[in-house]
Amino acid sequence: MASDVMTRGQGLGMPAQTRPQASSPRQDAGAVLRWLSGAAGIVLLALAWELAPRLGWLQQQFFPPLSAVLTRLGDLLLTSEFWGFVLSTTRTWLLGLAIATLAGIAAGLAVGLTPGARTYTHSTIEFLRPIPSVALIPGIILLFGSRYQSGVVLITYAAFWQVLLQMLYGLADIDSVARDTARSFRFSKFGYVRHVAWPTLLPFLFTGVRLAAAMALVLAVTAEMVIGSQGIGRGIVVAQASNATVEAYAYVLVAGVMGVAINLAARALERRILRWHPSVRTAGGER
Amino acid sequence: MIRPALKKLFIELALPALLFALLYAASASSTNFYFPPLSTVLQKFSAIWLGPRFFSDVIPSLERLLAGYLLACIAGVALGLPIGLSRGLRRAAEPVLEFFRAIPPVAVIPLLIMVMGFGDAMKVTVIAAGAIWPILLNTVEGVKAVDPVLDETCRTYQIRGLARLRHFILPSASPQIIVGMRLGLSIGIVLMVISEMFAALDGLGSAIIYFQRSYEIPEMWSGVLMLGLFGFALSMVFRGFERWALAWYHGMRHMEKKN
Amino acid sequence: MNAVLEQTTTAAVAVEHLNKVYESKERRVEAIGDLHFEVRPGDFTCIVGPSGAGKTTLLKCLAGLLAPTRGAVRVNGREVTAPPQEMAVVFQEYGRSLFPWKTVRENVELPLRERGVPAAERARMVSAALEAVALAGAGDSYPWQLSGGMQQRVAIARAVAYQPKVMVLDEPFAAVDAQTRADLEDLMLRLWSDLKLTMIFVTHDIDEAVYLGQRVLVLSSSPTRVLDDVRIDLPTPRTQAETRVHPAFATLRTRVYGGIQAAKAAH
Repeated sequence: MASDVMTRGQGLGMPAQTRPQASSPRQDAGAVLRWLSGAAGIVLLALAWELAPRLGWLQQQFFPPLSAVLTRLGDLLLTSEFWGFVLSTTRTWLLGLAIATLAGIAAGLAVGLTPGARTYTHSTIEFLRPIPSVALIPGIILLFGSRYQSGVVLITYAAFWQVLLQMLYGLADIDSVARDTARSFRFSKFGYVRHVAWPTLLPFLFTGVRLAAAMALVLAVTAEMVIGSQGIGRGIVVAQASNATVEAYAYVLVAGVMGVAINLAARALERRILRWHPSVRTAGGER
Repeated sequence: MIRPALKKLFIELALPALLFALLYAASASSTNFYFPPLSTVLQKFSAIWLGPRFFSDVIPSLERLLAGYLLACIAGVALGLPIGLSRGLRRAAEPVLEFFRAIPPVAVIPLLIMVMGFGDAMKVTVIAAGAIWPILLNTVEGVKAVDPVLDETCRTYQIRGLARLRHFILPSASPQIIVGMRLGLSIGIVLMVISEMFAALDGLGSAIIYFQRSYEIPEMWSGVLMLGLFGFALSMVFRGFERWALAWYHGMRHMEKKN
Repeated sequence: MNAVLEQTTTAAVAVEHLNKVYESKERRVEAIGDLHFEVRPGDFTCIVGPSGAGKTTLLKCLAGLLAPTRGAVRVNGREVTAPPQEMAVVFQEYGRSLFPWKTVRENVELPLRERGVPAAERARMVSAALEAVALAGAGDSYPWQLSGGMQQRVAIARAVAYQPKVMVLDEPFAAVDAQTRADLEDLMLRLWSDLKLTMIFVTHDIDEAVYLGQRVLVLSSSPTRVLDDVRIDLPTPRTQAETRVHPAFATLRTRVYGGIQAAKAAH
């Protein structure tokens, strides 16, 4: 299916080989220009956000100017309630992601390495995959109420699929020559995993974890908003319910910043870990 | 002749059938209030969802989803095209897009409620606002990565402007764009449900939450089942669309693999 | 052979003291030093040279895809600043120069559509072109369903249907097997004699250059200039069986070969 193939092949923009390049004045100029263009974009956006409400293009009560939001955010940063929310969301996110990753790796290895398992599970996976994780919310509410575990379960369910799928793509991508070589040398299952499967898997796994990490944040916030557990999502909902528009925006901003931070951290980690990887492929992903 | 097809069918259905049977049997004697027997859930399912609620809930949900999703597709491609084609625009837009796409779309729902109220317009906007991101970003990627030889071919044969877009850029980027559309569909469904759980009088999401709040548990689970089928059905429809739109692409990859 | 294919007026191509320098982060490469030659209307000119001789660069400058650093290319006196209307290019990577989402017929007719040729006329021109390259039955196939040689013939058909005055070919048969190459070479000769086009044919195959051309230009290594200008006086019509064993063929071939060896040594 093209979707599967394409998520593998493109989108990351990672170079196939990182060649050290002697930096020259021309190159540095290019980098600076790039940085400047990006900064210009952000500045333009900030300006628009600040001016549009003030000039009356957007209604101030619904679209408070950036400065108002930032001021409120500044106030929030001094409250313990705010940090409680941030920590709660982070905890939910981290737990859900960790469990999903481990479960995904285990299931991926189990399915990928057991001959025939892939064919038999294919239809089940294809059926369960498109089921939106939100379908579980009612069940989760019944079981866990509004404790933070509800978020963890939601994240685990959805992120698990991401990791599992990428594991399966990776396992399918193993060079058949390498596989046959391992077999002729009678590698043990463990040896096979360690020396043949794992190196190929790693880039795919990282893509899966990176995607899962972004998804996990979204779901953590979703759980907090819909189920009512403590966290940033709850902050947004409470603010909206009490018509504290500026505060709601401030919390949304925080969510966005957290998202960006996660993306950047994941990409940086990926680059670092995979730099010494012998064959860095473009194990692409969606956005 | 028949045997390979039968064998394939068997493989496809074996595990699901087994899981279904296990679930059915395991829950048959259940007296747990929260997890009723599967048979009960199925009864409720046919009573509710194959009946009146299909028109009073499923259809409105579907309409909202389609409206928001189509909006996202059109806007995503329309915006992604110029950004993908112009390096300057791309560099300026990248950080801004990175930020916006990192905002969980769910988080925007309360904001939109404040601005637009609880009606359909809000839900359609939420769906569009969430689904647009993978479409836009994948459009940018797809448009960026066109084949230089094909580009030179267009130049030498005087194929420029709108014609270049129509015959070259868009078809070339279409595999990548369609991947984005697939992801956008998933996101759209999720937002449809959540926005309905929050604030709706009709729709799948609101029905499920209604059942849950009034502790009509088997009905609730039947709703969950309906939702799963809803997602599955849309996924199948999308696959059909993709197979049609990318027939050339699949054919080409198939040839490459053979060689 | 094909009276249906129209004969268009043809053009002269002049390369005037062409110079092209590539500036990159690390170094400065003078791909073309000073190229100066003229191609008369209706001539079949082959260009050979050692690898790295800037053949591709020359071709891109001819096609208007690359701007020269100094000097100019002129087609019928007019300077080439953008891909000229009257020129058709056949690329080496045939697989990548045909649109995979279009059928063979759609590929061949696209430039004509853009030019505004009405549908009935277009259909006629496309059929004639496909027949000329012996692909009359392949119109509804997709390029990737065809073999390499057939794909290149589609690219040639597209160029022919375009009714150019000048056809520029960039090592078009390099990636094709020997038997197919022989057929394609003869196809080129047929098309050239029927359509009376000006042909500029870049190749690394010396035998092919001598077999096809009325004139072979031997390029030096970078910075590139014309090392030798060989007039090919072999009898026409040229055939694979007879022309290649003609005594003059060997002599000419040796001369061109010597030129290339000298070019390599001088580098």
